[in-house]
Amino acid sequence: MARAVSNRTRALNTAVAGTLGFLMFFPILWIFILSFKTEEDAIRAPLEVLFGSGWTLDSFFTVQERSDYFKHFANSVIISLGSTFVGLLIAIPAAWAMAFVPARHTKNVLMWMLSTKMLPPVGVLVPIYLIFRDYGLLDTRIGLVIVLTLMNLPIIIWMLYTYFKEIPGEILEAARMDGASLREEILHVLTPMAIPGMASTVLLNIILAWNEAFWTLNLTAANAAPLTAFIASYSSPEGLFYAKLSAASIMAIAPILIMGWFSQRQLVRGLTFGAVK
Amino acid sequence: MATKASRAAARMMIAPSVILLLAWMIVPLSLTIYFSFLRYNLITPTGNPFVGWENYYWFVTDPSFQAAMLNTLMLVGGVLLITVAGGIMFALLLDRPMFGQGIIRIMVIAPFFVMPTVSALVWKNMFMNPVNGMFGQIATSLGFQPIDFMGQIPLLSIILIVSWMWLPFATLILFTAMQSLDQEQLEAAEMDGAGSFSRFVFIVLPHLARAITVVILIQTIFHLSIFAEILVTTNGGPGTASTNLTYLIYVSSLLQFDVGLGSAGGVIAIILANIVAIFLMRMIGKNLDA
Amino acid sequence: MGLKRILLTASSVALAAGTGAWAEEITIATVNNADMIVMQSLAPQWEEATGNSINWVVLEENVLRQRTTQDIATDGGSFDIIFIGAYEAPIWGANGWLVPLNDFADDPDYDLEDIFQLVRNGLSDKDGNLYAVPLYSETSFTFYRTDVFEAAGVEAPTEQITYTEFADIVAKVHDPDNGIFGTCQRGKAGWGENMAFIGPLANAFGARWFDMDWQPQLDSPEWNAAITYYVDLMTNYGPPGATGNGHNENRALFKDGKCATWVDATSAANDVKNPNTSTVADVTDFFQAPKQETSNGTGWFWSWALAIPASSQKVDVAKDFLKWGTSKEYFEMVGETEGWVAVPSGTRQSIHEDPRLLEAAPFAETIKNAIFSVDPANPTRDPVPYTGIQFVAIPEFQGIGNYVGQQISAALAGQQSVEQALANSQQFAVREMTRAGYIE
Repeated sequence: MARAVSNRTRALNTAVAGTLGFLMFFPILWIFILSFKTEEDAIRAPLEVLFGSGWTLDSFFTVQERSDYFKHFANSVIISLGSTFVGLLIAIPAAWAMAFVPARHTKNVLMWMLSTKMLPPVGVLVPIYLIFRDYGLLDTRIGLVIVLTLMNLPIIIWMLYTYFKEIPGEILEAARMDGASLREEILHVLTPMAIPGMASTVLLNIILAWNEAFWTLNLTAANAAPLTAFIASYSSPEGLFYAKLSAASIMAIAPILIMGWFSQRQLVRGLTFGAVK
Repeated sequence: MATKASRAAARMMIAPSVILLLAWMIVPLSLTIYFSFLRYNLITPTGNPFVGWENYYWFVTDPSFQAAMLNTLMLVGGVLLITVAGGIMFALLLDRPMFGQGIIRIMVIAPFFVMPTVSALVWKNMFMNPVNGMFGQIATSLGFQPIDFMGQIPLLSIILIVSWMWLPFATLILFTAMQSLDQEQLEAAEMDGAGSFSRFVFIVLPHLARAITVVILIQTIFHLSIFAEILVTTNGGPGTASTNLTYLIYVSSLLQFDVGLGSAGGVIAIILANIVAIFLMRMIGKNLDA
Repeated sequence: MGLKRILLTASSVALAAGTGAWAEEITIATVNNADMIVMQSLAPQWEEATGNSINWVVLEENVLRQRTTQDIATDGGSFDIIFIGAYEAPIWGANGWLVPLNDFADDPDYDLEDIFQLVRNGLSDKDGNLYAVPLYSETSFTFYRTDVFEAAGVEAPTEQITYTEFADIVAKVHDPDNGIFGTCQRGKAGWGENMAFIGPLANAFGARWFDMDWQPQLDSPEWNAAITYYVDLMTNYGPPGATGNGHNENRALFKDGKCATWVDATSAANDVKNPNTSTVADVTDFFQAPKQETSNGTGWFWSWALAIPASSQKVDVAKDFLKWGTSKEYFEMVGETEGWVAVPSGTRQSIHEDPRLLEAAPFAETIKNAIFSVDPANPTRDPVPYTGIQFVAIPEFQGIGNYVGQQISAALAGQQSVEQALANSQQFAVREMTRAGYIE
């Protein structure tokens, strides 16, 4: 920044942004606090919750006793990583071709792909359910990987396309002059340059797949049920349940939250959808 | 520059994606269209006779249909308004020099990682519940009547919850776009005596236009089919006050188990989504050299 | 369907015979009600005894109903055992979706006769085929707070009072400044939620869903009187946010001491009277659900029961679990581990006569008598072509009940008038009954 900024301005900015940021974050912080309280304490007035009550891990144990967290966790990991990986495999060639060998209809094809995402899933649930039943895909991780891959494919392609497009074509031509094959071109020239973009594509898709709550709930029963199903059983209270709900919520969102925090730099850098010239 | 050979190769490379997406679209879609002409109720097996346009007639004349259309628009529009305005504000704010920017950014982004079901449940119970929720407790302790969020302002409550989850997304994209803003141009404008408001209107906003379109496009795609948030908070009610088109289809096909009726609704929703899509694509097309 | 079922049973028998005592894994879909959670915590004993294992799928009631119906109607085969109610059992059984459990009668250890006849009838089809076995059964009655009544100088009624008298009492005990609301009733939309309370209320006011020609009657003056009463009562004396309160929410409020009266399921009594789970265990007592124009159909009838989908591949193991989970020994085990006050009610004669239960839960007798006083075949003042008190035992009822429930909750929220809500309801009911071919 060219201008010198006084510490006072800095402090003022920090105060304003910090307050607003804290407000955004507060609900998450609050359930984190509640998850360490007893049920009776969890419904007390906010200040009493903070200063007038003890801490306990009981809720976590109760939740774990009710349904095995680790099984759901493993399913979530497999489904979100699996669908992202398969999605990348299919999307990279397509995005590459669109970016470097644009044809007359490339833009239309891309837009059409995006428009498939606008179909309301609930409108096609019964057909998909019947198809899944016939192919034995109900309540399987493979089935969910397929659905989530297809759900997010348009987004993956679009994101990759915008990153590839930013790579100057001259570099590729130079590589080609040097006799690089198509495979080498993609592997050794393109991929390294596109890694930041790919990283944020991967991150965004893991987040979307992890949080997807329509297909994962409707196509699973017990074996393939991910964390979205784990949390679904808390949607109706039985007695006092704020502490249990908080604990279950924290358990469900913590992995992705931590991943998000550690990789937010990549996410921020790459999440542009071509919006930045 | 592209040779014939590379064109063929390119087609081969695009083909898998196109074929898969085409299948993903066409197979269920044609089944849905087929079902929409049948009397097909899961709980009364009747052999599913062909009934023509009957399902469409019943779906469109359903008193809930109009409300659902309106709610869908208000939901998408409301969330877009809040997230775009809030996102611009956060982007401007975060772009300023400050201490601990990284930490503040992390706090702002955090809601984006939270599952829709979790955030809806948390807001509904821990905050918006008029008896035990935090807002209710604060209101009561100050001597006010607590607001019954889900009963009195159901749609607005859902808009607020969804906005909380998507504000980080808008902020992220707009913030990234802000960073490529030419600082010298801004300073030059300042030298010329342009106030901060006119600098914002004439330099910052045009620079962000592209990013804003992207935010609108992506969010519209996701908000047209908002479902989980409604399911766990209001169940579309009271009455139909928070029923959107997606939820109405859910009610028909999975609560009344009337697959025929639900399918007709699905087809209608798909047509409407496509109208919105065309409209958006036009808008984006201008702004985006995709 | 008969042949298919025979083949299915035969093949599973053959499978069981061929593989000997092989351990199987079964999937059970259940709701998160207190009694089911207890069953879940005791089930490892069955798993240990038999070597089989269980996958529990715990869902909220509405979601459970949607998931199981969707699965069973499309023959999805995701579940081996499902929790269903008195509404589903006969309808689904008649569709051939459930494995009949008639052979349970042949097992002397299980003693099917010990399960109340009334409850078995509710879970059987017209021909007497049994399709589900009950974990618990319930009717509705009034929970009230003895301390609050005393403080307000109100005598608890000993005979069945009218809803008008009930409203007078509620007005006297309403004390929102001290955090006690006169009454908590269900407001959350759904045929199994607010309509479960409203159905019997409407019956009391002389209303009925259909006349003898299946013409919907929702625009009748009786319905209007009932719903007007309901909206007034809840608006004046109910807790805030009532449109979001279903059974579980109200139960939590009542146990937390926030309600003076509550007309709801008898099955909640053991939880409310359990000092481990409730803050009002010592100060809660019960009286009959009120009447008005008539006393017919003023208390509902429901059971939560276990059934086996016809699409299950593990029928024998599933049957074994069903017998275990509804056996005398199971209820005794609940008594020993959770306390006899927590034993599910309204299932077995022998359990209701058990001195340990009578000592720990003196109210069990009241509950049994209340359950025996209901007559689902005779639910209304005027004659009707259907059975069922808080529901109408036809497949179309779910959709209609949900819709009417939504409309009434909108009236409760003040978004539309009672007249408007009932006019919309009538229109919808006529439409659905026309589509289903009951009326022209």
